[in-house]
Amino acid sequence: MTADHPTIRVRGLTKAYGKLEVLRGVDFDVAPGSIFALLGSNGAGKTTVVRILATLLKADAGTAAVGGFDVATQPARVRESISLTGQFAAVDEILSGRENLVLVARLRHLRNPGAVADGLLDRFSLTDAGARRVSTYSGGMRRRLDIAMSLAGSPPVIFLDEPTAGLDPSARLEVWQTVRGFARQGTTVLLTTQYLDEAEQLADRIAILHQGRIVVNGTLGELKQLLPPARIEYVQKQPTLEEIFLATIAGGREQE
Amino acid sequence: MTTYLFSDSAVLTGRTLRHVTRSLDTIITTAIMPIALMLMFVYVFGGAIDTGPVPYIDYMLPGILLITIASGISYTAFRLFMDLKSGIFERFQSMPIARSGVLWAHVLTSLAANTISLVIVLGVALLMGFRSSAGVLAWLAVGGILLLFTLALTWIAVIPGLSATSVEGAGAFSYPLVFLPFVSSAFVPTETMPGPVRWFAENQPVTPIVNTLRDLFAGRPADDLGIALAWCGGLLVVAYVFAMLAYRRKIA
Repeated sequence: MTADHPTIRVRGLTKAYGKLEVLRGVDFDVAPGSIFALLGSNGAGKTTVVRILATLLKADAGTAAVGGFDVATQPARVRESISLTGQFAAVDEILSGRENLVLVARLRHLRNPGAVADGLLDRFSLTDAGARRVSTYSGGMRRRLDIAMSLAGSPPVIFLDEPTAGLDPSARLEVWQTVRGFARQGTTVLLTTQYLDEAEQLADRIAILHQGRIVVNGTLGELKQLLPPARIEYVQKQPTLEEIFLATIAGGREQE
Repeated sequence: MTTYLFSDSAVLTGRTLRHVTRSLDTIITTAIMPIALMLMFVYVFGGAIDTGPVPYIDYMLPGILLITIASGISYTAFRLFMDLKSGIFERFQSMPIARSGVLWAHVLTSLAANTISLVIVLGVALLMGFRSSAGVLAWLAVGGILLLFTLALTWIAVIPGLSATSVEGAGAFSYPLVFLPFVSSAFVPTETMPGPVRWFAENQPVTPIVNTLRDLFAGRPADDLGIALAWCGGLLVVAYVFAMLAYRRKIA
């Protein structure tokens, strides 16, 4: 696929809940193997876009295609190529981590679901916790399991809806590393976030969704040129609280 | 995708059955309420209720079994509601699976969980002196009617499970269902009730179902069998249609 054949193609998407117009004509493309960040404040409609692309919601108008398949007319084909990691870690609390992974592997009709589960547990440093019920997991472990569940069967397109919401800074860094790993393997990632630094850190392209439309869409460099040129200022660099936090806990990272 | 309906439903049913076996308290609480009612009616009120030569426990057990089912299905609504709330329902719907398998898993789990509760209640009834002269065929008929009634009520439970906005709402619909046997022939003969109440009691679904079960347990020919089956089948069809409407509203 080339730039003429984007993995995700969205044109003129509109959606209203009653009188509330959430999307008012959204257009964007996501190139194969790239990380695309959809940036917006709460209620901007990021989740609505993801739900339409994941075939969970029907748009009022406009078209959307994933991997060349239309989400409205060929939803089953779309579902074969995508994986969704929602805003709230959708894991089964009553099952163990390993059972969760075996469950999705079996639902994806993979051969040898047990081996797939063990591989993912290992890749996400959850092997020791694999036999424990998810209700005993920390927020970071839960999110790691959630993302691991999305990876069973190696879908070529991954939607990450606010993957670091509610995570502590170190767990957030872990998620970032994982997302960078996806791109290295050629997976196409659509990421929604309200954290500007997250988009800056991860995305090849960034689009800002505001009042139901994409108001800006470009690479970080292009976006920076839209602003007034940089001024040179001399300021004393104090460590941020995040840097202090990370430095203090360094070394003793997560073996819950 | 329909080729996967059975295998996907089986995988998902395995998951929800684990929820039941790992929280056995739900089965116990389902069984405890009807058992407590049974103790109260047999040992407290029963002496004052004239059911002729029939021992009171034999008279009221069918109603207790229906109450067991009515309280059991509220957990089905609860489990379904929690799946929607946690987001795992959407995760399943975004996967390449037979989508309706998610609902069937909850329905099959409801049948299994209610069967366990019914066996527990029946066991306690036997300890309390319940005796039946029913043959194998009659017992099979009893099992079949209870299963059909559970299926109908389970599809009713799917509706609030899918459309409730709070846990309380998801469970509250079962209260009227639990209450319905009290205004029927389940605990007292309907002849003793005043006009309008008697009319309601004799024309609501619980009465023919209770009468049928009572006749089958006593080894008598069941005159109300046709009406009982019609009620169960009718409830099942109507509940299924409304559950599907609620389901269509939830998914694209």
